[in-house]
Amino acid sequence: MAVAPGWWRRAWDHDLAWSFRRSPVTIVAAALTLACVGGAAFAPWIAPHDPFDLARLSLNDAFSPPAWASGGNARYLLGTDDQGRDVLSTILHGARISLGVGLAAVAFSALLGVSLGLLSGYVGGRLDAFIMRVADIQLSFPAILIALLVDGVARVALPRETHDSIAIPVLIFSIGISGWVQYARTVRGSTLVEKNREYVQAARVIGRGRFAIMLHHVLPNVMGPVLVIGTIHVGTAIITEATLSFLGVGLPPTQPSLGTLIRVGNDFLFSGEWWITVFPGLALIVLVLSVNLLGDWLRDALNPKLR
Amino acid sequence: MLAFILRRLAQAGLVMLTVGLIAFSLFRFVGDPVLFMLGQEATPEDRTRLTLLLGLDQPFYVQYAGFVARALQGEFGISLRQVRPVSSMILERLPATLELALVAAVLALVAGIVMGVYTALRRNSWFSQALLALSLIGVSLPTFLIGILLILVFAVLLGWLPSFGRGETVDLGWWSTGFLTASGLKALILPSITLGLFQMTLIQRLVRTEMLEVLRTDYIKFARARGLSDRAVHFRHALKNTLVPVITITGLQLGAIIAFAIITETVFQWPGMGLLFIQSVQFADIPVMAAYLCLIALFFVVINLAVDLLYYAVDPRLRIDRAAAAH
Repeated sequence: MAVAPGWWRRAWDHDLAWSFRRSPVTIVAAALTLACVGGAAFAPWIAPHDPFDLARLSLNDAFSPPAWASGGNARYLLGTDDQGRDVLSTILHGARISLGVGLAAVAFSALLGVSLGLLSGYVGGRLDAFIMRVADIQLSFPAILIALLVDGVARVALPRETHDSIAIPVLIFSIGISGWVQYARTVRGSTLVEKNREYVQAARVIGRGRFAIMLHHVLPNVMGPVLVIGTIHVGTAIITEATLSFLGVGLPPTQPSLGTLIRVGNDFLFSGEWWITVFPGLALIVLVLSVNLLGDWLRDALNPKLR
Repeated sequence: MLAFILRRLAQAGLVMLTVGLIAFSLFRFVGDPVLFMLGQEATPEDRTRLTLLLGLDQPFYVQYAGFVARALQGEFGISLRQVRPVSSMILERLPATLELALVAAVLALVAGIVMGVYTALRRNSWFSQALLALSLIGVSLPTFLIGILLILVFAVLLGWLPSFGRGETVDLGWWSTGFLTASGLKALILPSITLGLFQMTLIQRLVRTEMLEVLRTDYIKFARARGLSDRAVHFRHALKNTLVPVITITGLQLGAIIAFAIITETVFQWPGMGLLFIQSVQFADIPVMAAYLCLIALFFVVINLAVDLLYYAVDPRLRIDRAAAAH
């Protein structure tokens, strides 16, 4: 137990912790993010109902308004949708899928971007020129359009029966591929600086191979900005996924993300069942806003120029 | 100069060829085109005849060259779902998208500049703060949610505005316009706000920062010292100088507006090209997809090329940098 206070003291006095404590907005954002992530991660255990257990669903419960509205049912806090599914439970499960796809897409983007940036910066020459040209061209299209086109092409190219079962990997791939450029550019820039440093030359002199140098020496020193880009990217990736699902080319209603829920609920907006679409929409807004605020804070806190 | 233009043109051509290759591969390798056209009951002789007729026995590159040649003439084959030429389907939908994009761009430009000037001149008023906060929210919300919220408020709760379609349109022969009828104009309001909101906040913040910067310069101080009225200083001296970057950004964002029209059109069931594309993806209508893919790529390539060339013409520093980098 003698070690614990020292460790805690050091974390508490760290620059990041200090700037975190001084920003109430960030504390709220972090709390909300934590609540969203917690709710999403533990959805199967904390959701009041199981919206995917067909045996328990009853159409008699369909279109039940939120508990506080007239005609509301106390069993369903945020009401039910057209199939009698509890809206709160579908939101928790939907957030789980949205967050999962978003995080996986960011990880894929980062992996692709960091590898290409590292190669581009370290190897240089024609490879560098080619990768950066492709990056330039991709950057002239909006990322969401790239994701939409890749997703559309993949959907048409793959057999129709497999769509529902592979929807998640296809989405992760198309959102991931639309976002690698930023990582690659940043990593390439830092790699160009690092590769002329003495420790890299030393590694070269003692005869380490190219890839070993890239992986063990350069990579750890260029990862800082990648974390910041990644945090900010999570919000964008979640929005992109929600948009594709809303457009009907993302996740199917059998495994709904927040975007799918909004799409399904949108059909009932005119008949007065606003809660089916408004609550998933609010959940999406809270999730994205809090993640974005957290990302902005991290970017500013890690940027020494702004201190 | 010439080398720069040629290089950019070559790059633009290469992008178009790559997009064309993707579109053509979809066409050629997803499903069997002969089966699509003839159905299951065709005789083997018919199939062979059609295969020869379509040139499907030729090597890949010959077929691709044929595809490019036809695409250059606007020929993308026949929609599998509607059994009509794709080119006429797209031409039919083009006015709806372009009118929506135009109104959204003008709205974003006008409202963005007005709000930007206001928030720069009255920096500390509560209304400026409110506008800035609002624009921050506008940027972080997904487009489709903004559309749904607008529908909920103005169409469902208040019942003031229509929530889907173009209203009545007037057919001008080759162009159907919604500008000439009251219902057409009313139908434009919500979709164009949804589509233009992001660009509006972008322009607002750009104008605000540029204005704040310009207002600090010496020539503004001098203009004030000459006793010019506030209005003359703000609008004739300051605003004019903020407009160059604004125009460039608007130009660059034009492509983004047309791309984001896909989302807005789906929310409002607006009968434009974006909705056509989404439907073609859902029904695996490959010729329509291929045509849209090529068209949207063309929009972007042309816009980027134009902006690049404009930069080059306007900014002499770019020429020196490029020349230095080349040596």
